[in-house]
Amino acid sequence: MKFTLQIWRQANNKAQGKMVDYQIDNINANMSFLEMMDVLNDQIIRKGEEPVAFDHDCREGICGMCSMHINGRAHGPLKLSTTCQLYMRNFTDGETITIEPFRAKAFPVLKDLIVNRGAFDNIQAAGGFISVSTGQVKDANNIPINKEDADMAFYAAACIGCGACVAACKNASASLFVSAKVSQYALLPQGQTERNERVLAMVNQMEVEGFGSCTNTGACEAECPKGISISNIARMNRDYISAAISAK
Amino acid sequence: MEVKNKIGFLNSGIGQKVTMALTGLFLCIFLIVHLTGNFQLFHHDSGLAFNEYAVFMTTFPPIKFVSYGLYAMILYHAFKGLHLAYKNTKARPVKYQVEKASANSPWTSRYMGVLGTIILVFICTHMSNFWWEYHNGPIPLTKYETSLVNGTMTASTYVGEIAGKKLEYNNADNTLHTVIIKDLYVVVAEAFHNIGLVILYVLAMAALGFHLVHGFQSSFQTVGFNHVRYTKVIQAIGIYVFGIAIPIAFAAMPIYFYLLSIHLI
Ligand code: HEM
Ligand code: FES
Repeated sequence: MKFTLQIWRQANNKAQGKMVDYQIDNINANMSFLEMMDVLNDQIIRKGEEPVAFDHDCREGICGMCSMHINGRAHGPLKLSTTCQLYMRNFTDGETITIEPFRAKAFPVLKDLIVNRGAFDNIQAAGGFISVSTGQVKDANNIPINKEDADMAFYAAACIGCGACVAACKNASASLFVSAKVSQYALLPQGQTERNERVLAMVNQMEVEGFGSCTNTGACEAECPKGISISNIARMNRDYISAAISAK
Repeated sequence: MEVKNKIGFLNSGIGQKVTMALTGLFLCIFLIVHLTGNFQLFHHDSGLAFNEYAVFMTTFPPIKFVSYGLYAMILYHAFKGLHLAYKNTKARPVKYQVEKASANSPWTSRYMGVLGTIILVFICTHMSNFWWEYHNGPIPLTKYETSLVNGTMTASTYVGEIAGKKLEYNNADNTLHTVIIKDLYVVVAEAFHNIGLVILYVLAMAALGFHLVHGFQSSFQTVGFNHVRYTKVIQAIGIYVFGIAIPIAFAAMPIYFYLLSIHLI
Protein backbone atom coordinates (compact mmCIF):
# COMPACT_ATOMS: atom_id res chain seq x y z
CA MET A 1 0.00 0.00 0.00
CA LYS A 2 1.06 3.59 -0.42
CA PHE A 3 0.15 6.70 1.51
CA THR A 4 0.69 10.43 1.75
CA LEU A 5 1.37 11.28 5.38
CA GLN A 6 0.88 14.76 6.78
CA ILE A 7 2.67 14.86 10.09
CA TRP A 8 3.04 17.55 12.74
CA ARG A 9 6.75 18.34 13.15
CA GLN A 10 7.91 20.45 16.07
CA ALA A 11 11.56 20.47 17.15
CA ASN A 12 10.88 21.07 20.83
CA ASN A 13 8.41 22.49 23.32
CA LYS A 14 9.21 26.10 22.45
CA ALA A 15 9.54 25.74 18.68
CA GLN A 16 6.92 26.64 16.12
CA GLY A 17 5.53 23.47 14.58
CA LYS A 18 4.05 22.73 11.17
CA MET A 19 2.55 19.95 9.09
CA VAL A 20 5.06 18.22 6.80
CA ASP A 21 4.17 15.87 3.92
CA TYR A 22 5.82 12.47 3.45
CA GLN A 23 5.27 9.81 0.79
CA ILE A 24 5.50 6.20 1.79
CA ASP A 25 5.27 3.07 -0.37
CA ASN A 26 5.41 -0.72 -0.06
CA ILE A 27 3.48 -0.83 3.17
CA ASN A 28 2.10 -4.23 4.11
CA ALA A 29 -1.62 -4.07 4.95
CA ASN A 30 -1.01 -6.13 8.08
CA MET A 31 1.54 -3.77 9.55
CA SER A 32 0.42 -1.89 12.63
CA PHE A 33 0.29 1.89 12.42
CA LEU A 34 3.40 2.14 14.58
CA GLU A 35 5.27 -0.29 12.32
CA MET A 36 4.38 1.93 9.41
CA MET A 37 5.81 4.84 11.40
CA ASP A 38 8.99 2.78 11.97
CA VAL A 39 9.30 2.22 8.22
CA LEU A 40 8.83 5.94 7.65
CA ASN A 41 11.47 6.84 10.24
CA ASP A 42 13.87 4.36 8.67
CA GLN A 43 13.32 6.12 5.36
CA ILE A 44 13.83 9.55 6.98
CA ILE A 45 17.00 8.48 8.81
CA ARG A 46 18.49 7.10 5.57
CA LYS A 47 18.05 10.57 4.11
CA GLY A 48 19.98 11.96 7.04
CA GLU A 49 17.01 13.80 8.50
CA GLU A 50 15.51 13.87 11.99
CA PRO A 51 13.04 10.98 12.53
CA VAL A 52 9.50 11.66 13.73
CA ALA A 53 9.37 11.43 17.52
CA PHE A 54 6.37 9.49 18.82
CA ASP A 55 5.48 7.78 22.08
CA HIS A 56 5.07 4.02 22.30
CA ASP A 57 5.94 1.24 24.67
CA CYS A 58 4.02 -2.03 24.94
CA ARG A 59 2.62 -2.08 21.41
CA GLU A 60 -0.11 -4.36 22.65
CA GLY A 61 -2.76 -1.90 23.71
CA ILE A 62 -2.17 -1.86 27.46
CA CYS A 63 0.28 0.90 28.34
CA GLY A 64 -1.50 3.86 26.79
CA MET A 65 1.64 5.54 25.48
CA CYS A 66 0.90 5.63 21.75
CA SER A 67 -0.86 9.00 21.60
CA MET A 68 -1.61 10.14 18.06
CA HIS A 69 -4.48 12.05 16.55
CA ILE A 70 -5.00 10.34 13.20
CA ASN A 71 -7.33 11.70 10.50
CA GLY A 72 -9.05 13.88 13.05
CA ARG A 73 -9.61 11.17 15.66
CA ALA A 74 -7.78 10.12 18.80
CA HIS A 75 -5.96 6.85 17.89
CA GLY A 76 -7.46 6.91 14.41
CA PRO A 77 -10.67 5.57 12.90
CA LEU A 78 -10.94 2.21 14.63
CA LYS A 79 -13.24 1.86 17.64
CA LEU A 80 -11.90 0.56 20.97
CA SER A 81 -8.34 0.68 19.75
CA THR A 82 -5.04 2.31 20.62
CA THR A 83 -2.72 3.45 17.81
CA CYS A 84 -0.55 0.37 18.21
CA GLN A 85 -3.61 -1.83 17.65
CA LEU A 86 -4.55 0.00 14.48
CA TYR A 87 -3.54 -1.72 11.24
CA MET A 88 -2.84 -0.32 7.80
CA ARG A 89 -5.68 -2.46 6.42
CA ASN A 90 -7.96 -0.03 8.26
CA PHE A 91 -6.97 2.58 5.65
CA THR A 92 -7.43 2.68 1.90
CA ASP A 93 -4.54 2.47 -0.51
CA GLY A 94 -3.36 5.89 -1.68
CA GLU A 95 -5.09 7.71 1.18
CA THR A 96 -3.73 10.88 2.75
CA ILE A 97 -3.34 10.39 6.48
CA THR A 98 -2.91 13.32 8.86
CA ILE A 99 -1.09 12.67 12.11
CA GLU A 100 -1.11 15.23 14.91
CA PRO A 101 -0.20 15.17 18.59
CA PHE A 102 -2.98 15.09 21.22
CA ARG A 103 -3.91 18.74 21.72
CA ALA A 104 -4.64 20.27 25.10
CA LYS A 105 -3.27 23.09 27.18
CA ALA A 106 -2.60 20.52 29.90
CA PHE A 107 -0.71 18.25 27.43
CA PRO A 108 2.12 20.43 26.08
CA VAL A 109 3.91 19.10 23.00
CA LEU A 110 7.47 18.05 23.83
CA LYS A 111 8.55 17.09 20.35
CA ASP A 112 6.67 16.18 17.14
CA LEU A 113 3.91 13.78 18.27
CA ILE A 114 5.07 13.42 21.88
CA VAL A 115 3.08 15.26 24.52
CA ASN A 116 3.66 15.53 28.25
CA ARG A 117 0.80 13.77 30.02
CA GLY A 118 2.31 14.45 33.46
CA ALA A 119 -0.95 16.24 34.37
CA PHE A 120 -2.54 12.78 34.67
CA ASP A 121 0.19 11.68 37.06
CA ASN A 122 -0.39 14.77 39.20
CA ILE A 123 -4.10 13.97 39.40
CA GLN A 124 -3.35 10.38 40.40
CA ALA A 125 -0.82 11.55 42.98
CA ALA A 126 -3.42 13.92 44.46
CA GLY A 127 -5.73 11.09 45.50
CA GLY A 128 -5.87 8.17 43.11
CA PHE A 129 -4.77 5.62 45.67
CA ILE A 130 -5.74 3.96 48.92
CA SER A 131 -3.71 4.69 52.04
CA VAL A 132 -2.87 1.36 53.67
CA SER A 133 -0.44 0.45 56.35
CA THR A 134 1.63 -2.36 54.99
CA GLY A 135 1.79 -5.47 57.13
CA GLN A 136 0.74 -9.06 56.81
CA VAL A 137 -0.94 -9.98 53.57
CA LYS A 138 -4.60 -10.46 54.39
CA ASP A 139 -6.87 -13.10 53.00
CA ALA A 140 -8.41 -11.67 49.85
CA ASN A 141 -11.82 -12.99 50.82
CA ASN A 142 -11.93 -11.16 54.15
CA ILE A 143 -13.88 -8.35 52.57
CA PRO A 144 -16.91 -9.60 50.68
CA ILE A 145 -17.50 -7.72 47.42
CA ASN A 146 -20.59 -7.96 45.30
CA LYS A 147 -19.75 -9.42 41.87
CA GLU A 148 -21.47 -6.59 39.99
CA ASP A 149 -19.53 -3.93 41.92
CA ALA A 150 -16.31 -5.81 41.38
CA ASP A 151 -17.02 -5.95 37.65
CA MET A 152 -17.87 -2.27 37.45
CA ALA A 153 -14.74 -1.34 39.40
CA PHE A 154 -12.77 -3.50 37.04
CA TYR A 155 -14.24 -1.80 33.96
CA ALA A 156 -13.28 1.57 35.44
CA ALA A 157 -9.81 0.27 36.31
CA ALA A 158 -9.34 -0.77 32.69
CA CYS A 159 -8.43 2.89 32.00
CA ILE A 160 -4.86 2.99 30.72
CA GLY A 161 -4.48 6.75 31.10
CA CYS A 162 -3.75 7.22 27.40
CA GLY A 163 -5.38 10.65 27.19
CA ALA A 164 -7.66 9.89 24.23
CA CYS A 165 -10.60 11.29 26.21
CA VAL A 166 -8.84 14.63 26.55
CA ALA A 167 -7.72 14.55 22.93
CA ALA A 168 -11.23 13.83 21.63
CA CYS A 169 -13.13 16.22 23.90
CA LYS A 170 -13.93 19.58 22.35
CA ASN A 171 -13.17 21.11 25.76
CA ALA A 172 -10.02 19.04 26.37
CA SER A 173 -11.69 17.84 29.55
CA ALA A 174 -10.12 15.06 31.60
CA SER A 175 -13.43 14.05 33.17
CA LEU A 176 -13.50 10.51 31.81
CA PHE A 177 -9.99 9.72 33.04
CA VAL A 178 -10.52 11.26 36.47
CA SER A 179 -13.94 9.66 36.86
CA ALA A 180 -12.52 6.23 36.03
CA LYS A 181 -9.81 6.67 38.63
CA VAL A 182 -12.33 7.90 41.18
CA SER A 183 -14.80 5.14 40.40
CA GLN A 184 -12.43 2.20 40.63
CA TYR A 185 -12.20 2.93 44.36
CA ALA A 186 -15.65 4.40 44.92
CA LEU A 187 -17.14 1.06 43.90
CA LEU A 188 -15.11 -1.02 46.32
CA PRO A 189 -15.25 -1.29 50.11
CA GLN A 190 -11.55 -0.48 50.38
CA GLY A 191 -12.15 2.87 48.77
CA GLN A 192 -14.86 4.08 51.15
CA THR A 193 -12.80 5.58 53.98
CA GLU A 194 -11.17 8.17 51.75
CA ARG A 195 -13.99 8.47 49.23
CA ASN A 196 -14.81 12.14 49.88
CA GLU A 197 -11.23 13.30 50.25
CA ARG A 198 -10.21 11.45 47.10
CA VAL A 199 -12.80 12.96 44.82
CA LEU A 200 -12.20 16.47 46.17
CA ALA A 201 -8.43 16.18 45.79
CA MET A 202 -8.54 14.69 42.30
CA VAL A 203 -11.15 17.09 40.94
CA ASN A 204 -9.18 20.00 42.37
CA GLN A 205 -6.01 18.81 40.74
CA MET A 206 -7.86 18.35 37.45
CA GLU A 207 -8.85 22.04 37.65
CA VAL A 208 -5.33 23.13 38.52
CA GLU A 209 -3.90 21.34 35.50
CA GLY A 210 -5.99 23.46 33.13
CA PHE A 211 -8.33 20.90 31.56
CA GLY A 212 -11.69 22.16 30.28
CA SER A 213 -14.99 21.25 31.89
CA CYS A 214 -17.35 18.50 30.77
CA THR A 215 -20.30 19.29 28.50
CA ASN A 216 -21.47 15.69 28.17
CA THR A 217 -20.82 15.38 24.44
CA GLY A 218 -19.84 11.73 24.92
CA ALA A 219 -16.84 12.05 22.59
CA CYS A 220 -14.55 10.62 25.29
CA GLU A 221 -16.55 7.42 25.68
CA ALA A 222 -16.75 7.00 21.90
CA GLU A 223 -12.98 7.35 21.46
CA CYS A 224 -11.81 5.52 24.59
CA PRO A 225 -9.78 2.46 23.58
CA LYS A 226 -11.02 0.68 26.70
CA GLY A 227 -14.69 1.64 26.35
CA ILE A 228 -14.86 3.42 29.71
CA SER A 229 -18.46 4.57 30.24
CA ILE A 230 -19.49 8.15 30.95
CA SER A 231 -21.65 6.75 33.73
CA ASN A 232 -18.38 7.06 35.65
CA ILE A 233 -18.53 10.82 35.11
CA ALA A 234 -22.00 10.90 36.63
CA ARG A 235 -20.59 8.97 39.61
CA MET A 236 -17.70 11.41 39.96
CA ASN A 237 -20.07 14.39 39.83
CA ARG A 238 -22.38 12.75 42.36
CA ASP A 239 -19.47 12.03 44.70
CA TYR A 240 -18.00 15.49 44.21
CA ILE A 241 -21.32 17.18 44.96
CA SER A 242 -21.88 15.09 48.05
CA ALA A 243 -18.27 15.50 49.22
CA ALA A 244 -18.44 19.25 48.69
CA ILE A 245 -21.61 19.68 50.72
CA SER A 246 -20.49 17.34 53.47
CA ALA A 247 -16.90 18.54 53.76
CA LYS A 248 -15.61 18.32 57.29
CA MET B 1 -5.04 11.72 52.66
CA GLU B 2 -4.69 15.46 52.59
CA VAL B 3 -7.73 17.24 51.20
CA LYS B 4 -7.11 20.26 49.11
CA ASN B 5 -10.48 21.67 48.13
CA LYS B 6 -8.90 25.01 47.34
CA ILE B 7 -11.00 25.69 44.31
CA GLY B 8 -14.35 25.51 46.07
CA PHE B 9 -17.52 23.94 44.72
CA LEU B 10 -18.94 26.95 42.89
CA ASN B 11 -15.63 27.76 41.20
CA SER B 12 -15.05 24.22 39.99
CA GLY B 13 -16.08 23.15 36.51
CA ILE B 14 -18.43 20.56 37.98
CA GLY B 15 -20.01 23.02 40.42
CA GLN B 16 -20.62 25.58 37.69
CA LYS B 17 -22.07 22.92 35.41
CA VAL B 18 -24.39 21.88 38.25
CA THR B 19 -25.72 25.44 38.44
CA MET B 20 -26.18 25.39 34.64
CA ALA B 21 -28.06 22.12 34.90
CA LEU B 22 -30.33 23.28 37.73
CA THR B 23 -31.17 26.59 36.07
CA GLY B 24 -31.66 24.74 32.76
CA LEU B 25 -34.09 22.29 34.36
CA PHE B 26 -35.94 25.14 36.02
CA LEU B 27 -36.26 26.77 32.59
CA CYS B 28 -37.66 23.46 31.26
CA ILE B 29 -40.35 23.53 33.94
CA PHE B 30 -41.05 27.15 33.05
CA LEU B 31 -41.53 26.11 29.42
CA ILE B 32 -44.31 23.74 30.43
CA VAL B 33 -46.06 26.43 32.51
CA HIS B 34 -45.65 29.03 29.78
CA LEU B 35 -46.97 26.67 27.13
CA THR B 36 -50.05 25.65 29.12
CA GLY B 37 -50.82 29.30 29.75
CA ASN B 38 -50.37 30.22 26.12
CA PHE B 39 -52.83 27.56 25.02
CA GLN B 40 -55.47 30.12 26.11
CA LEU B 41 -54.65 31.80 22.79
CA PHE B 42 -56.48 29.02 20.99
CA HIS B 43 -59.77 29.62 22.85
CA HIS B 44 -62.39 31.05 20.51
CA ASP B 45 -63.33 33.82 22.90
CA SER B 46 -61.83 36.94 21.29
CA GLY B 47 -58.93 36.56 23.70
CA LEU B 48 -60.76 36.87 27.02
CA ALA B 49 -59.19 33.81 28.67
CA PHE B 50 -55.72 34.78 27.47
CA ASN B 51 -56.09 38.35 28.71
CA GLU B 52 -57.35 37.18 32.10
CA TYR B 53 -54.35 34.86 32.27
CA ALA B 54 -51.97 37.73 31.45
CA VAL B 55 -53.41 39.82 34.27
CA PHE B 56 -53.12 36.92 36.69
CA MET B 57 -49.49 36.22 35.75
CA THR B 58 -48.44 39.83 36.17
CA THR B 59 -50.32 40.69 39.34
CA PHE B 60 -50.51 37.58 41.55
CA PRO B 61 -47.61 38.19 44.01
CA PRO B 62 -46.12 34.64 44.22
CA ILE B 63 -46.02 34.42 40.43
CA LYS B 64 -44.47 37.88 40.15
CA PHE B 65 -41.86 36.78 42.66
CA VAL B 66 -41.05 33.60 40.72
CA SER B 67 -40.91 35.53 37.47
CA TYR B 68 -38.10 37.77 38.76
CA GLY B 69 -36.26 34.62 39.78
CA LEU B 70 -36.86 33.32 36.27
CA TYR B 71 -35.36 36.43 34.62
CA ALA B 72 -32.32 36.12 36.87
CA MET B 73 -31.94 32.45 36.00
CA ILE B 74 -32.17 33.08 32.27
CA LEU B 75 -29.45 35.71 32.55
CA TYR B 76 -27.32 33.51 34.78
CA HIS B 77 -27.76 30.43 32.58
CA ALA B 78 -26.99 32.37 29.40
CA PHE B 79 -23.92 34.21 30.66
CA LYS B 80 -22.49 31.30 32.63
CA GLY B 81 -23.04 29.01 29.64
CA LEU B 82 -21.24 31.35 27.26
CA HIS B 83 -18.51 31.96 29.85
CA LEU B 84 -17.91 28.21 30.28
CA ALA B 85 -17.97 27.67 26.52
CA TYR B 86 -15.37 30.43 26.13
CA LYS B 87 -13.21 29.06 28.95
CA ASN B 88 -13.36 25.61 27.39
CA THR B 89 -11.97 26.90 24.10
CA LYS B 90 -8.94 28.07 26.12
CA ALA B 91 -8.25 24.50 27.26
CA ARG B 92 -7.07 23.73 23.71
CA PRO B 93 -4.96 26.71 22.61
CA VAL B 94 -3.58 24.97 19.49
CA LYS B 95 -6.43 23.53 17.41
CA TYR B 96 -6.30 20.36 15.33
CA GLN B 97 -5.77 20.76 11.59
CA VAL B 98 -8.21 17.91 11.02
CA GLU B 99 -10.95 17.15 13.51
CA LYS B 100 -13.70 14.63 12.91
CA ALA B 101 -15.96 15.40 15.82
CA SER B 102 -19.00 14.12 13.95
CA ALA B 103 -17.60 10.61 14.39
CA ASN B 104 -17.81 10.73 18.16
CA SER B 105 -20.50 13.16 19.30
CA PRO B 106 -23.89 14.54 18.22
CA TRP B 107 -23.72 18.07 16.79
CA THR B 108 -26.32 19.38 19.23
CA SER B 109 -23.89 18.68 22.07
CA ARG B 110 -21.16 20.70 20.37
CA TYR B 111 -23.24 23.76 19.46
CA MET B 112 -25.00 24.46 22.77
CA GLY B 113 -23.50 27.96 22.91
CA VAL B 114 -24.66 28.81 19.39
CA LEU B 115 -28.12 27.36 19.95
CA GLY B 116 -28.31 29.17 23.29
CA THR B 117 -27.34 32.46 21.67
CA ILE B 118 -30.15 32.09 19.12
CA ILE B 119 -32.52 31.45 22.02
CA LEU B 120 -31.18 34.51 23.84
CA VAL B 121 -31.74 36.75 20.82
CA PHE B 122 -35.23 35.32 20.60
CA ILE B 123 -35.94 35.92 24.29
CA CYS B 124 -34.89 39.57 23.94
CA THR B 125 -37.12 40.08 20.87
CA HIS B 126 -39.97 38.24 22.51
CA MET B 127 -39.75 40.21 25.76
CA SER B 128 -39.65 43.53 23.96
CA ASN B 129 -42.55 42.55 21.68
CA PHE B 130 -44.91 41.50 24.41
CA TRP B 131 -43.57 41.88 27.93
CA TRP B 132 -42.32 45.43 27.47
CA GLU B 133 -45.40 46.42 25.46
CA TYR B 134 -47.73 44.96 28.06
CA HIS B 135 -46.05 46.78 30.92
CA ASN B 136 -45.18 50.07 29.24
CA GLY B 137 -46.74 50.31 25.82
CA PRO B 138 -50.12 51.67 24.79
CA ILE B 139 -52.21 48.50 24.99
CA PRO B 140 -55.79 48.71 23.68
CA LEU B 141 -58.60 47.96 26.09
CA THR B 142 -61.36 45.57 25.19
CA LYS B 143 -64.75 45.32 26.82
CA TYR B 144 -66.19 41.81 27.09
CA GLU B 145 -69.88 41.69 27.98
CA THR B 146 -71.26 38.30 28.92
CA SER B 147 -74.94 37.79 29.42
CA LEU B 148 -75.60 36.02 32.70
CA VAL B 149 -78.92 34.89 31.27
CA ASN B 150 -77.87 32.96 28.17
CA GLY B 151 -74.05 33.12 28.29
CA THR B 152 -73.55 34.95 24.99
CA MET B 153 -70.53 37.17 24.89
CA THR B 154 -69.72 40.25 22.85
CA ALA B 155 -66.38 41.98 22.63
CA SER B 156 -65.85 45.60 21.66
CA THR B 157 -63.07 48.13 21.76
CA TYR B 158 -63.25 50.26 24.90
CA VAL B 159 -62.33 53.88 24.54
CA GLY B 160 -61.33 55.44 27.81
CA GLU B 161 -59.10 54.56 30.74
CA ILE B 162 -59.22 52.17 33.67
CA ALA B 163 -57.10 51.96 36.78
CA GLY B 164 -54.88 48.88 36.56
CA LYS B 165 -55.11 46.13 33.97
CA LYS B 166 -58.66 44.96 34.51
CA LEU B 167 -62.04 46.23 35.62
CA GLU B 168 -64.88 43.83 36.30
CA TYR B 169 -68.48 44.46 37.35
CA ASN B 170 -72.07 43.24 37.03
CA ASN B 171 -74.98 45.48 36.11
CA ALA B 172 -77.61 46.37 38.74
CA ASP B 173 -80.00 43.49 38.01
CA ASN B 174 -77.22 40.90 37.64
CA THR B 175 -77.91 40.01 34.01
CA LEU B 176 -74.73 41.30 32.39
CA HIS B 177 -71.13 40.66 33.43
CA THR B 178 -68.63 43.17 32.06
CA VAL B 179 -64.86 42.82 31.92
CA ILE B 180 -62.73 45.69 30.63
CA ILE B 181 -59.20 44.46 30.25
CA LYS B 182 -55.85 45.22 28.61
CA ASP B 183 -55.99 43.33 25.33
CA LEU B 184 -52.66 41.56 24.93
CA TYR B 185 -54.37 39.02 22.69
CA VAL B 186 -54.86 41.53 19.91
CA VAL B 187 -51.23 42.68 20.25
CA VAL B 188 -50.10 39.07 19.84
CA ALA B 189 -52.47 38.41 16.95
CA GLU B 190 -51.34 41.51 15.08
CA ALA B 191 -47.63 41.00 15.72
CA PHE B 192 -47.83 37.72 13.86
CA HIS B 193 -49.17 39.32 10.70
CA ASN B 194 -45.49 39.96 10.13
CA ILE B 195 -44.05 36.94 8.30
CA GLY B 196 -40.49 37.93 9.30
CA LEU B 197 -41.36 37.68 12.96
CA VAL B 198 -43.13 34.36 12.40
CA ILE B 199 -40.00 32.97 10.75
CA LEU B 200 -37.79 34.20 13.61
CA TYR B 201 -40.09 32.51 16.12
CA VAL B 202 -40.16 29.23 14.24
CA LEU B 203 -36.36 29.18 13.84
CA ALA B 204 -35.89 30.02 17.50
CA MET B 205 -38.15 27.13 18.48
CA ALA B 206 -36.08 24.80 16.31
CA ALA B 207 -32.97 26.04 18.14
CA LEU B 208 -34.73 25.49 21.47
CA GLY B 209 -35.62 21.95 20.44
CA PHE B 210 -32.05 21.09 19.52
CA HIS B 211 -30.75 22.80 22.70
CA LEU B 212 -32.99 20.55 24.76
CA VAL B 213 -32.39 17.33 22.81
CA HIS B 214 -28.91 17.52 24.29
CA GLY B 215 -29.55 19.75 27.29
CA PHE B 216 -32.36 17.94 29.06
CA GLN B 217 -30.59 14.61 29.38
CA SER B 218 -27.24 16.32 29.89
CA SER B 219 -28.46 18.11 32.99
CA PHE B 220 -29.28 14.79 34.64
CA GLN B 221 -25.83 13.45 33.85
CA THR B 222 -24.31 16.65 35.26
CA VAL B 223 -26.02 16.33 38.61
CA GLY B 224 -24.87 12.72 38.74
CA PHE B 225 -27.96 10.85 37.64
CA ASN B 226 -27.10 8.01 35.29
CA HIS B 227 -29.04 4.79 35.44
CA VAL B 228 -29.09 1.73 33.20
CA ARG B 229 -32.82 2.01 32.54
CA TYR B 230 -34.03 5.46 33.62
CA THR B 231 -31.40 7.36 31.64
CA LYS B 232 -33.03 6.00 28.47
CA VAL B 233 -36.40 7.30 29.67
CA ILE B 234 -34.87 10.72 30.37
CA GLN B 235 -33.25 10.76 26.93
CA ALA B 236 -36.57 9.91 25.31
CA ILE B 237 -38.34 12.68 27.24
CA GLY B 238 -35.58 15.09 26.19
CA ILE B 239 -36.00 14.22 22.54
CA TYR B 240 -39.74 13.74 22.15
CA VAL B 241 -41.21 16.06 24.76
CA PHE B 242 -38.68 18.88 25.11
CA GLY B 243 -36.95 18.53 21.78
CA ILE B 244 -39.98 18.04 19.53
CA ALA B 245 -43.45 18.40 21.09
CA ILE B 246 -42.95 21.56 23.16
CA PRO B 247 -41.11 23.58 20.49
CA ILE B 248 -43.71 22.56 17.87
CA ALA B 249 -46.55 23.58 20.19
CA PHE B 250 -44.92 26.99 20.75
CA ALA B 251 -44.23 27.42 17.03
CA ALA B 252 -47.86 26.62 16.29
CA MET B 253 -48.92 29.95 17.85
CA PRO B 254 -47.23 32.40 15.46
CA ILE B 255 -48.13 30.10 12.56
CA TYR B 256 -51.78 30.01 13.68
CA PHE B 257 -52.05 33.80 13.86
CA TYR B 258 -50.27 34.22 10.55
CA LEU B 259 -52.65 31.81 8.84
CA LEU B 260 -55.59 33.63 10.44
CA SER B 261 -54.26 36.93 9.12
CA ILE B 262 -54.12 35.67 5.55
CA HIS B 263 -57.53 34.00 5.98
CA LEU B 264 -56.24 30.48 5.44
CA ILE B 265 -57.95 29.26 8.59
C1 HEM C 1 -35.73 28.45 27.71
C2 HEM C 1 -34.50 28.52 27.49
C3 HEM C 1 -33.44 27.52 27.87
C4 HEM C 1 -33.55 26.26 28.40
C5 HEM C 1 -34.82 25.52 28.78
C6 HEM C 1 -32.20 25.73 28.54
C7 HEM C 1 -31.90 24.50 29.05
C8 HEM C 1 -30.63 23.97 29.16
C9 HEM C 1 -30.28 22.73 29.75
C10 HEM C 1 -31.26 21.75 30.40
C11 HEM C 1 -28.93 22.57 29.64
C12 HEM C 1 -28.09 21.38 30.09
C13 HEM C 1 -27.24 21.69 31.28
C14 HEM C 1 -26.21 20.61 31.46
O1 HEM C 1 -25.64 20.14 30.49
O2 HEM C 1 -25.95 20.21 32.61
C15 HEM C 1 -28.42 23.72 28.97
C16 HEM C 1 -27.09 23.92 28.64
C17 HEM C 1 -26.60 25.05 28.04
N1 HEM C 1 -27.31 26.21 27.77
FE1 HEM C 1 -29.30 26.43 27.93
N2 HEM C 1 -31.31 26.66 28.10
C18 HEM C 1 -32.02 27.77 27.69
C19 HEM C 1 -31.52 28.96 27.22
C20 HEM C 1 -30.17 29.20 27.00
C21 HEM C 1 -29.64 30.46 26.57
C22 HEM C 1 -30.44 31.71 26.31
C23 HEM C 1 -28.28 30.27 26.45
C24 HEM C 1 -27.16 31.19 26.04
C25 HEM C 1 -27.15 32.26 25.42
C26 HEM C 1 -27.98 28.92 26.81
C27 HEM C 1 -26.73 28.37 26.78
C28 HEM C 1 -26.43 27.10 27.19
C29 HEM C 1 -25.13 26.50 27.08
C30 HEM C 1 -23.87 27.14 26.48
C31 HEM C 1 -25.24 25.21 27.61
C32 HEM C 1 -24.16 24.17 27.68
C33 HEM C 1 -23.48 24.31 29.00
C34 HEM C 1 -22.45 23.25 29.14
O3 HEM C 1 -22.65 22.16 28.61
O4 HEM C 1 -21.46 23.52 29.81
N3 HEM C 1 -29.16 28.29 27.15
N4 HEM C 1 -29.47 24.58 28.69
S1 FES D 1 2.02 1.30 22.77
FE1 FES D 1 1.15 0.62 24.62
S2 FES D 1 -0.94 0.98 24.24
FE2 FES D 1 -0.06 1.44 22.33
